[in-house]
Amino acid sequence: MTFPKPSFTPATPVAILKAPAPSKPPLLPELGRRAKTAAGVLVPPVLTLLVALALWQAIIGDSYAGLPSPKQVWLESKDLILHPFYDNGGVDKGLAWHVFTSLKRVGIGFSISAVFGILLGVFVGSNRWAHRGLDPIFQVLRTVPPLAWLPISLAAFHQAQPSALFVIFITAIWPIIINTAVGVRNIPSDYVNVAKVLRLSPVEYFFKILLPATTPYIFTGLRIGIGMSWLAIVASEMLLGGVGIGFFIWDQYNASRIADIIVALAWVGMTGFFLDRLVALVGHFVSRGNAAS
Amino acid sequence: MAKAYLSIENVGVTFQKGAARTEVLTGVDLKVERGEFVSIIGHSGCGKSTLLNVVAGLTPVTTGAVILDRQEVNAPGPDRAVVFQNHSLLPWLSVRENVSLAVDKVFGGSKSAAERRDWTLHNLELVKMTHALDKRPSEISGGMKQRVGIARALAMEPKVLLLDEPFGALDALTRAHLQDSVMEIHAALNNTVLMITHDVDEATLLSDRIVMMTNGPRACVGQVLDVALARPRDRLAVAEHPTYVHARAAVIEFLYARRAA
Repeated sequence: MTFPKPSFTPATPVAILKAPAPSKPPLLPELGRRAKTAAGVLVPPVLTLLVALALWQAIIGDSYAGLPSPKQVWLESKDLILHPFYDNGGVDKGLAWHVFTSLKRVGIGFSISAVFGILLGVFVGSNRWAHRGLDPIFQVLRTVPPLAWLPISLAAFHQAQPSALFVIFITAIWPIIINTAVGVRNIPSDYVNVAKVLRLSPVEYFFKILLPATTPYIFTGLRIGIGMSWLAIVASEMLLGGVGIGFFIWDQYNASRIADIIVALAWVGMTGFFLDRLVALVGHFVSRGNAAS
Repeated sequence: MAKAYLSIENVGVTFQKGAARTEVLTGVDLKVERGEFVSIIGHSGCGKSTLLNVVAGLTPVTTGAVILDRQEVNAPGPDRAVVFQNHSLLPWLSVRENVSLAVDKVFGGSKSAAERRDWTLHNLELVKMTHALDKRPSEISGGMKQRVGIARALAMEPKVLLLDEPFGALDALTRAHLQDSVMEIHAALNNTVLMITHDVDEATLLSDRIVMMTNGPRACVGQVLDVALARPRDRLAVAEHPTYVHARAAVIEFLYARRAA
């Protein structure tokens, strides 16, 4: 059985138009465009904030009954807002110093929970029986609020300093464990097969396959974890005293200086926001090539 | 009688999941000589990938044995390099690093660092991928990824190269290019190749022999067909060659007759 061969007529060549070489965009419109993008990001939240402050002022008014209005916050806590770095010795310091001290505590507690969280997560993720035995317990423990750990950790450590660090540690560790374990369990079987064909040793497997494949999950855990450890700071500093944003809030509450607390809350919120962005940025940088392809 | 280079002897695979037993393969016998290009073709789900995994050592046999170069296969190893269907390059490594990971592991003891670097480059040259050495897998096309996967497998200097539907996910033109590349490489290096495919033309064009599997479960070798076409083969020239047309027709006949049965 034969078929006639198809015949082709050569296409007539079409004159190729030379495209103009792409030139660099002129500087001024480029700057204008960037300014526009920046404005698009910054203007809506600033407007929202102003509206919220206006509403707050309108509702509370200037009658001082419990909650101060924005105007009163400004009048009462002007020094605190304008001078974050003053230092009169003792506990009488600017809010930046309080935040800085708290950050150090969170840094220590969070670092410990990162190390143990990742190690435990790898263990739980790669061992079926460990997973069955431990995962339900982790799921229960992760819902315990930081404040509830406080008496337990005091009873265990007797001293304020280690107890405070422990509260931060125990609050931050669960999401790190759980996310790392999920990452390990989700390593594509293809990568595992590649490792098997190459006969990678367990150590090589850990560093060359498991860790890079799990990095995005680990950073999800770290991001949630740092947020939670920052949440725990107030609880943990309630028993520490001295310098620290958490204790500052507790102290001002006892002194009925609500305006100062509102200023401190703004600092806590901004710091938490930047911590979250920082970990996200590091994660983005470390796992830049890991997106599934 | 001398033993074949790769010998699959009465292999059966049964998967047990709880109380359910699935007999995927039964009594599969196949002998492959050194330098031979053998394709395994069959319908989806007939267990041809399972057979490849058995040879790779990734799936243990329930009965029978696989013997490669007089040694029984019972674990995965670089002497049976696999090119996986979905390339399975490590996305956090560059093209060069993906290959050198394999080279460093396999030749870490026998070659110097400079030799290993050259060997990595040499294999990427074979698949014409030296222009993208420092790209990551996400930055290159599907066909290029598969080329790198082939380079990684070749770089292990395997006794048998296992291709698991290597071009299945590619478009027709890219697939044709890669088939030509594989033929060139096979001609140059004379590798022993076992390829899984469900593409009749691919099997006919590339193979010395086509192994047709019966439908699963309990799949086995239904028929083996020799493709006695001289090499090198040119896809245009052989397309109307009587041997090619015949072989192609025979495979289609087998696949469709079985499906109807």
